Amino acid sequence: MKCLINSVFFAICLFAFPNLIYGKTIEPQIGHPLPDITLKIPDNDVHRTYLGLKGSDSFQIPQIRSRVVIIEIFSMYCPHCQRHAPSVNQLYQRIQKSGDFRDKIKIIGIGAGNSPFEVDFFRKSYAIPFPLFPDTDLSIHDKIGQVLTPYFIAVRIEPDGTNRIVYTQLGGFNNPDNFLDTIVKRSGLK
Amino acid sequence: MKRYILLSSILIFAVLLISAGTAMGLSDAYKGSIYDPGKLKPTDSVLKVKAGEPAPDFTLPSIQGKQISLRQFRGEKNVVLSFIPAAWTPVCSDQWPGYNLAKPFFEQHDAVLLGISVDNIPTLFAWTLQMGDLWFDVLSDFWPHGAVSDKFGILRSDGVAERALFIIDKQGIITFTHVSDINVRPDLKLIVTELEKLR
Repeated sequence: MKCLINSVFFAICLFAFPNLIYGKTIEPQIGHPLPDITLKIPDNDVHRTYLGLKGSDSFQIPQIRSRVVIIEIFSMYCPHCQRHAPSVNQLYQRIQKSGDFRDKIKIIGIGAGNSPFEVDFFRKSYAIPFPLFPDTDLSIHDKIGQVLTPYFIAVRIEPDGTNRIVYTQLGGFNNPDNFLDTIVKRSGLK
Repeated sequence: MKRYILLSSILIFAVLLISAGTAMGLSDAYKGSIYDPGKLKPTDSVLKVKAGEPAPDFTLPSIQGKQISLRQFRGEKNVVLSFIPAAWTPVCSDQWPGYNLAKPFFEQHDAVLLGISVDNIPTLFAWTLQMGDLWFDVLSDFWPHGAVSDKFGILRSDGVAERALFIIDKQGIITFTHVSDINVRPDLKLIVTELEKLR
């Protein structure tokens, strides 16, 4: 009987906490803050200005000068990331052309398991205008529950520097206007 | 006790399935279809070829129904061979879509790419369909099982190939060999750097 109770307890643990057992973190949760993600400040002046960052060291995403940051977790090797890259570029253009959101919504991409060379190749292949960062050793990918790609996370940043995740989406989008509407509503920008 | 072991085994297997398919930033193109074999012994074979030697010739069937021989590129094209261990596994499933995007690098260096796996044709057909339109030939080294992989010395003891790259120049000479840790995708830069040396 004791053996059976132990078995059931073990079973519950396995189903309830597989991520703990495997050393993985869970996927980003709405309402929670982002895990600590440190990125290198871009060398590119245009990207540095776009993000409102100064210096040449590292930064954390809530330091970006914006009310909302959309993070795309992508991979150069992922066929859906390739297919949807033009739509994400269109989203960037829509935001940049919008008087309301140009300074309030920024986009960055993080290349899961991609080297700097691979991220740069992806950027050139699709003429991606927003900043992309390599996550070669998958350390960021591990912190966000090893999500499939593409995966989008929208984070609202408060004036005091705190942040909370307002939207997540697995998979790409075909209609940038609808996606932007969703982000605007979920983040309370309008 | 037997019941405990059985229940535990079933649950561990279930959790492995739940957590499958997340390594290396895997695409959602495959969600729900990828079998994760877990972390494997990094390499499990001994190379039988080396740079500077003529590449062993072979003829293999492609998923497009052609018979492709290495010798048909002699004097015409440089050849990159990309051996992957198995279809429907995490790292392999994103490797060739990356090479699909990298087509310009191969063209710039007058090179063709041949993707090779020990899986059979129907399996490779179904799997590569998820990747979109591949510009390169995908060849099956299924029968005699893994014979070409074995010629190159990259057939593992469990019957799958290593994750390996070979570059062969227009004279049929091997210029580059690379056997990766099977759990890790090689950096695209590796291929580009080696192709640039062929100029």
